[in-house]
Amino acid sequence: MSFTAAVITFPGSNCDRDMAVAIEEISGGTVHRVWHGDAGLPEGLDLIALPGGFSYGDYLRSGAMAARSPVMQAVVEQAGRGVPVLGVCNGFQVLTEAGLLPGALMRNAGIRFVCRDVKLKVENANSLFTSAYLPGQTITIPVAHHDGNYFADAETLDRLEGEGRVAFRYLEQVNGSQRDIAGVLNERGNVLGMMPHPERMIEAAQGGSDGRKLFESVLHGLNALA
Amino acid sequence: MKVRVHVSLKNGVLDPQGRAIHHALEGLGFAGVNDVRAGRLIELDLADDVSDEALDDMCRKLLANMVIENYRIEKVAA
Repeated sequence: MSFTAAVITFPGSNCDRDMAVAIEEISGGTVHRVWHGDAGLPEGLDLIALPGGFSYGDYLRSGAMAARSPVMQAVVEQAGRGVPVLGVCNGFQVLTEAGLLPGALMRNAGIRFVCRDVKLKVENANSLFTSAYLPGQTITIPVAHHDGNYFADAETLDRLEGEGRVAFRYLEQVNGSQRDIAGVLNERGNVLGMMPHPERMIEAAQGGSDGRKLFESVLHGLNALA
Repeated sequence: MKVRVHVSLKNGVLDPQGRAIHHALEGLGFAGVNDVRAGRLIELDLADDVSDEALDDMCRKLLANMVIENYRIEKVAA
């Protein structure tokens, strides 16, 4: 059975096409493009991706309006059934606002929009999204965000660390995130939110391919289950 | 019924915008500014039969992000 994914487009999403192309190229499967106002998602999905961008113009808070859009009820429902969900950048913000991931993403500590390649450490190489990486591997993935400053209270941070739910950590100062957290997993491990853009690092023409393994991990994980 | 919802960052949550405003005030030569915290004011015009519980629900579900923010409801005389 071929790989089937959905990429959600909110008004103001701008990385949805990159995400769809990355998934198509790496999986060779089918990517459904789903509009935020759609009431439901196709069944039998192997991955739901929430792309980067500025949904609803970042009104109120980044991701706040998108998290309450009709399609998100279906995303929350399928996430609850264990369907893998990946949120990148604005998608990460939407996942925290929707309550699928703990914490919040605040304005960058330096106030400025940060757009550059950053070095990340793969903290958990056992997850659905990271198993193709080596534990502790250093990878380079670009960031492009204004609100990437991850915040959660100390108790939540300790729990995330203790449960191996910090997937990626910045190896340099980027945005003031608590404990340099760049990506977190939900308790079950089927939802990942991250500020860096793996879909922008899948082939040499983009300056590197360190993002490929994230998508390959999801593919391998599904093959292992089959 | 007019209602103002004041949304502010919780104590202990670093406020980069407040800090930038603070620096800008100092840059303008204003002395004696100990701290600045930036928040958000949302004004609602509500039907008279909207309950306090429903208003509270609006704040918790959308207007404030309870992970990082507090809110205070102020009812304004018509």
